[in-house]
Amino acid sequence: MDSNQGSMKSDLVVYAVILILACVQVFVLKGHLFAMLSVAVVQAILAVSFFMHLGSEKPTLRLALIPGTLFVLVMMNMIWADSYRLMSMKPFAK
Amino acid sequence: MSEANLTLAPDSHASSIAGGHAATMEAPPFAIPSKKLVMWLFIISDACTFGAMLFAYGYIKNAAADWPHPFESASIMNALLMTFILVTSSLTILVAVRAAKNANKSKAILWTFITIVLGLAFAALHLKEWMGLIGQGVRLFQNPWGSPMFGASFFAVTGLHLAHVVSGAIALFVVVMGYKRGRYNSDDLEIWSLYWHFVDLVWMFVVPMVYLMNVKAG
Repeated sequence: MDSNQGSMKSDLVVYAVILILACVQVFVLKGHLFAMLSVAVVQAILAVSFFMHLGSEKPTLRLALIPGTLFVLVMMNMIWADSYRLMSMKPFAK
Repeated sequence: MSEANLTLAPDSHASSIAGGHAATMEAPPFAIPSKKLVMWLFIISDACTFGAMLFAYGYIKNAAADWPHPFESASIMNALLMTFILVTSSLTILVAVRAAKNANKSKAILWTFITIVLGLAFAALHLKEWMGLIGQGVRLFQNPWGSPMFGASFFAVTGLHLAHVVSGAIALFVVVMGYKRGRYNSDDLEIWSLYWHFVDLVWMFVVPMVYLMNVKAG
């Protein structure tokens, strides 16, 4: 298996950054969904790249895993328009 | 086919059989073992499952006129403590995997058990949070504050994550016991560490959507 285990020092730095970002979410950005989710995306990228070592795997593996997953998750955003419709329009025809 | 034929035909299929199955097998895709690829495929499918759950949660929340905001600062601090425990457990499993790669078996076992204990501590705090909400009257389809769907969506999202944490702790226990007995190796521990990091990653999205967007005003 690969020996892309990184160093303990880089792991500790990533660990500290993820925890600091978690505190920023709670104490600074609380209630601001888009900002909090943006921070969560940064945390997720750090975890996938450094803890799960996807950054040091072959590019073909990253290409096989990431675009498809992102496509599915982005396409799920289609539901938001309908969720707001229920709030601002008549939910049922009379 | 006789044994004589196997030795006399080095370029035939028989020679592959004589040399074991390795000669007839394809190289691992993406230069990683098949087990690791399977774990990655499971993780992306699970990411889509959690994505669908969180999108459904957001849909129900948006569509409800009286969505409850029940979480006080004690609940938020509890969620932050749970985040600290889960991220720390990701660090401890990294230490365990690194020790296993360096053939330091006792250190790998110790740090894997620390990871499992942290996972169980997370689960205990989660259950404490649940019990607090149930004590305040939250049920799957009713609560004292507003939209009756709050309980179902809250327990579904956090319950799915809690199930992942508990099953991950059980899986790590099984793998580390097998590693101790020599049945599994450091690669198996590394593969299950991917799952553990993924569970940690999902929590980073659950906290803002489920807890931080539902903080009690004032």
